[in-house]
Amino acid sequence: MIGIRGGADTTRGGHLPDTVALFPTCLGDLVMPDTVEHAQHALGVCGLDVRPVRGGTCCGQPAFNAGFHPHARRVARVSVRALAQTTGPIVVPAGSCAAMMSRHWVGLFAGDRDAELARQVAGRVVEFSAVLATHLDVLERRHLSWPGTAGYHDSCHMLRELRLSGEPRAVLGCVRDLELVPLASADRCCGFGGTFSVRYPEVSVAMADSKLDDARSRGVDVLISADPGCLMQLGGRAERTGDTPRVIHIATLLHEAGLR
Amino acid sequence: MSEDPLTSSTFAERARVQLAKPFLREAVPRATDIAVRDLRERFAGHDYDGLRELGREIRARTMADLEDALATLTDALVANGIHVHHAADAAAAREHIRRICRESDATRVVKVKSMATEEIALNPALVADGLEVTETDLGEYVVQLDGDRPSHIIAPIIHKTRAEVRETLSRVAGRELPDDASELTDFARERLRDAFMDADVGISGANFGVAETGTIVLVTNEGNGRMCTSMPRIHIALMGIERVIPTLEDLSVMLPLITGAGTGQLITSYVSMLSGPRGEGEPDGPEAMHVVLLDNGRRALLGTEYQEVLHCIRCGACQNVCPVYRQVGGHAYGWVYGGPIGAVLTPLFLGTEAGGELPQASSLCGACDDICPVKIPLHDLLLQLRRTRVDDGAAPWRERLAAELWAWAWSSPRRYRVVTRIGGGVVRVMAAAGLMSSLGPLGRWARGRTIPTPARRPFHSRGERDV
Ligand code: SF4
Repeated sequence: MIGIRGGADTTRGGHLPDTVALFPTCLGDLVMPDTVEHAQHALGVCGLDVRPVRGGTCCGQPAFNAGFHPHARRVARVSVRALAQTTGPIVVPAGSCAAMMSRHWVGLFAGDRDAELARQVAGRVVEFSAVLATHLDVLERRHLSWPGTAGYHDSCHMLRELRLSGEPRAVLGCVRDLELVPLASADRCCGFGGTFSVRYPEVSVAMADSKLDDARSRGVDVLISADPGCLMQLGGRAERTGDTPRVIHIATLLHEAGLR
Repeated sequence: MSEDPLTSSTFAERARVQLAKPFLREAVPRATDIAVRDLRERFAGHDYDGLRELGREIRARTMADLEDALATLTDALVANGIHVHHAADAAAAREHIRRICRESDATRVVKVKSMATEEIALNPALVADGLEVTETDLGEYVVQLDGDRPSHIIAPIIHKTRAEVRETLSRVAGRELPDDASELTDFARERLRDAFMDADVGISGANFGVAETGTIVLVTNEGNGRMCTSMPRIHIALMGIERVIPTLEDLSVMLPLITGAGTGQLITSYVSMLSGPRGEGEPDGPEAMHVVLLDNGRRALLGTEYQEVLHCIRCGACQNVCPVYRQVGGHAYGWVYGGPIGAVLTPLFLGTEAGGELPQASSLCGACDDICPVKIPLHDLLLQLRRTRVDDGAAPWRERLAAELWAWAWSSPRRYRVVTRIGGGVVRVMAAAGLMSSLGPLGRWARGRTIPTPARRPFHSRGERDV
């Protein structure tokens, strides 16, 4: 199952597959391992030699955002050091973690003994859907199909820190029979916000509801995002309120559409 | 004054009260969406982002030497025959204004909407002096009649239904007013006109003070600003010291920024540029004009990592796009300023004792940064405030303990694996038994959301040999 490595597709024939490291992130690892596998397969189909990173844990974001920098550093250090052992781009199937790593690690480690290491690693971080968006030709040729309507939810940090919004949509554009409907609230926060969601559960849930209401009013079958944090929040709320839409990661949608 | 909501309740408690108002959660997004949509549409053909950068640059340049800008402003104001007063804090500002009212034998005061006067809680002080005070912005008028507080910087009664407004105005009218927006407005206008005619003193804020010309600039849509500053004998403008801008040319940048970000207008119906009292031979204008320059915690921010918050021009745009504000409105923030700017300003102005909780009341989505007309990095400032709170030891022990435990477990792949394996099992058992609500933070998560159950086989345990 894990063995799919760069090869099936011949579009990059002749070239040796590029090696990429796949950092699952702690949420992906613990709560959405299937999604991480889907991401791994998708990258493999694109001809990349995918090496999952298993020695890291977390990017440190929960503590960083809560103001606990020493704690964030302690945890992120493990990941920085594990990632420093890898080569090639570091693919992260989580928008906000990718933003944390590429945008905040340098500051977090400023003056630290691992500052240089953190800087180098941060410079190699790429978000998952942005990588796929450079292989649209491959996706097109796979005849992916997912019949239904979908809404895409921009995760805040992916949108506003990494400025990635066209990329995931272009990727979804390669899936036939998938009608991507624009949501008025596409770029509105889902209410997760890490510790915010447990500090202020009522407010957080109200934010999720306004998002879900919008998706429902547009009749979408599935709400797609590229950020496990948002998925957990929106999915958890959708499940509790007992009905549609399904809330899934873009990698899982691609998997279901036949990218396996 | 009534008791201070900031010290007598938490954000969560206040938010809960607001969340229980279905109207609020409909009306606030609707109204704020209109402002944002208008901004996008009306400025579509203009380089609004380029303008924002110019605005940021003007504000940064001014704050870099605020004292110099203020000295120039003061000289120019005095040269224009305007009396200038300096107020170190709210009490001093109130005192200046009370004294001016007293010395001019005033009995009636009319006011233009001003956040600075809210900030110094001016009205109760004037009322205590026996003055009759009338707010003349329609929204503020209703707020005043209700003994309420404004809940948005630009739209003070964004939280009220038309039915509520009608009820309030009907009470004043002593008869049932029709349920019609324009008739309600007409009634209020009539009342306010009398107030303008009778007033001795008009009090306003200041959107900007132009240093080079000694001009106080007011941006309004109802025309009440013009009435308040020209009809009464005395005009007092209360201006936060950071609202100074160096030149008229700078104003040409700041004006479309504040009207665009505030109400989505290229220009407001009225822009008043006040450069002194009535001159000799002039038919109207006040006999005397005073400017009270308010510090109240602003100078203390100069040279700190929070200096950029002084760039704020109080346009309210960050509130409009804030997903938290849109759910809970301005009152949940407990003081004068709500939304992202309130979450930053309140602890800086009032101290962390009272306002320290507010920076946590944000999901850090960054929408505020993207819309702020002067590009204040509110998201970074919120992060900085959170960090300072932790570094100062102000975070509660539970939080510190949680951070400690998490860092301990997550900082070694081995511990991480063992702890999450055990923890995952516990969560699965508790979830199956329906006991999640007793699991601390997870229990709080479970209020309204399904707990994400940890996978039996996390990714790290899959295909180990394969790496
Ligand atoms: S912080 Fe920016 S967006 Fe918010 S009120 Fe101030 S100027 Fe406007």
